[in-house]
Amino acid sequence: MSSPVQPGQIQEAHVVAPEPAEPVERADASPRRRRRRPGPALSPLGRVGEAVRWVLLLGCSALFLYPFAWLLAASFKPRGEVFDNRLIPQTWQPENYVQVFDELPLVAWLGNSLLIAVLAAALVTVSSSLVAFGFAYFRFPGRKVLFGVVLATMMLPGAVTLVPQFLIWNQLGFVGTHVPLWGANLFGSAFYIFLQRQFFLSLPKELFEAARIDGLSAWGQFWRIAFPLSVPSFVIVFLFEFQASWNNLQGALIYLNAGSPEAYTVPLGIASAMTKYSPTSGGHGDYQYVMVAALIVTLPMLILFAFGQRSFIEGLATSGRKG
Amino acid sequence: MSTTTAKPRMTKLQRREAIAGYLFISPWIVGFLVFTLGAMVYSLVISFSHYQLATDTARPAGFSNYQALVEDPKVMTALANTLYYAVLAVPLEVLLALGLALLLNSQRRGAGLFRTIFYLPKMTPVVATASVFLLLLNGSQGAINRGLAAIGIDGPQWLLDPAWIKPSIVLMTLWGVAGTMVIFLAALQNVPTDLYEAASLDGAGAFRRFWNVTLPMISPAIFFNVLVLTIAAFQIFDQAFLLFHRDTVQGSSDASLFYAIYLFQQAFRQFNFGFAAAMAWLLFLIILVISLIQMRVGNRFVYYESEEAR
Repeated sequence: MSSPVQPGQIQEAHVVAPEPAEPVERADASPRRRRRRPGPALSPLGRVGEAVRWVLLLGCSALFLYPFAWLLAASFKPRGEVFDNRLIPQTWQPENYVQVFDELPLVAWLGNSLLIAVLAAALVTVSSSLVAFGFAYFRFPGRKVLFGVVLATMMLPGAVTLVPQFLIWNQLGFVGTHVPLWGANLFGSAFYIFLQRQFFLSLPKELFEAARIDGLSAWGQFWRIAFPLSVPSFVIVFLFEFQASWNNLQGALIYLNAGSPEAYTVPLGIASAMTKYSPTSGGHGDYQYVMVAALIVTLPMLILFAFGQRSFIEGLATSGRKG
Repeated sequence: MSTTTAKPRMTKLQRREAIAGYLFISPWIVGFLVFTLGAMVYSLVISFSHYQLATDTARPAGFSNYQALVEDPKVMTALANTLYYAVLAVPLEVLLALGLALLLNSQRRGAGLFRTIFYLPKMTPVVATASVFLLLLNGSQGAINRGLAAIGIDGPQWLLDPAWIKPSIVLMTLWGVAGTMVIFLAALQNVPTDLYEAASLDGAGAFRRFWNVTLPMISPAIFFNVLVLTIAAFQIFDQAFLLFHRDTVQGSSDASLFYAIYLFQQAFRQFNFGFAAAMAWLLFLIILVISLIQMRVGNRFVYYESEEAR
């Protein structure tokens, strides 16, 4: 059976749908909205203001970029020079990038982190959108109350469920495996459900009414209409969760710390390497390996941001709108 | 996914719709019952018992975990440290984020590039951030103190002096402030330009425009950020763990003992689950009370555009 969605409608839906995106996208684009200072644009005061703004922006940029430059430089330095604060290494030692793989099981860590992050992100994207679709398009007793509960759980501090969740995973026999780091994502996550529901509600209702009249099942409405149209919001959810999972230190500490280093994720691995190599905490000082590892764990995130910048910023702007 | 035969009461169609709805939200219902509601009840039960991980047995403890909580001076220390950190971090984060957002919002050229630059630290995994800041903050050789020395300031022992431990974590947090900034930026761009024009016609200067137009219009975003940042500050863990508590041997000073750190140590180093669960409930109550106070205060100052449906 062919999808009842017409191409034209899809186009329109795309234009209408990511409503949260609009304001942010104007950030760098629209000169029309930028008329912040009426009156003579180049009064002496205005010119001073403009100069001050440039100085501040450039200064802040330098401060924000400095740690990256420092990290990049340190990763190429030999043992004795890692701490010298030079942004151009006195002695170049690119071998660090080869040796680090002998020093640390970095490939295993990266593999573990990647697998967990992809699973966690894919599962939470699918489960949250299923739940969001249920809340957005079906009427059933208790819907409002249940959605209120979804919103309320967003305010619940994670610390409250930390201990019991550990004990639940322990009883299921999964402590020491990677399962607890993605398992709960099978059941959706409050913020993503909220975000997806907003998106679904912005799709034109007529699409679904037409489909219903054509006899498309509820599942068909989700799979053939809502799903293909929600790619932008899927990307937001996927990227957010991927980043959260990639960063997840506490979960790895709780569930993997007692096991073999081979099973570590990158955050846990680097944390252990910091102790092993940092001279200030009794390590033996080859801190350049930590720097290489830190750079390697950061790069995928920067690449992700290069491709998904819009999604990250839209997602955050939406989170602000729920307040 | 077919919906089964219908029975009276609701119409057949309504019933089918309701069943489909429940099926779609069923993953969340299961997860909520097990990992949220179930976990909370479980946690409450554990907080009233002595739990043995090895044997998976719990014997009733009455209020003794809560009593131990009150009597343990480290809990008070951790609470005080956390409160101090929150009071220091949240206003600074809001001010810096708002300042940067205002700068970007009034910038014509290159605003997108600057936004990207400010956002990069937010993308950096916290382990990487901490591994760099561990050295940048080093009291004798660190780049931060070298930089301060260059302008004639004798920098403190950031990571060793108990008085400077919290500011050093705040510094790390401020580096990743762009998430908050982006929310402010979105709010600033939603302020209608005609309001500024009207204010200018009435003779309002730049400061008056900011105070009487911008600030009220973005007050929901300020409120939201304060709320979220406060909740996050009360649960500060990663940065403190990476800088001060990576290994159990290293006797770190009490000044870096934050609430979430102590909870983690009690639960997953000492396996004192009953005590840790009681700690978690105390934290929950504290966060709840603070959030409620913030909401009450917020309701008096926050301006919501009534016609805009949320």
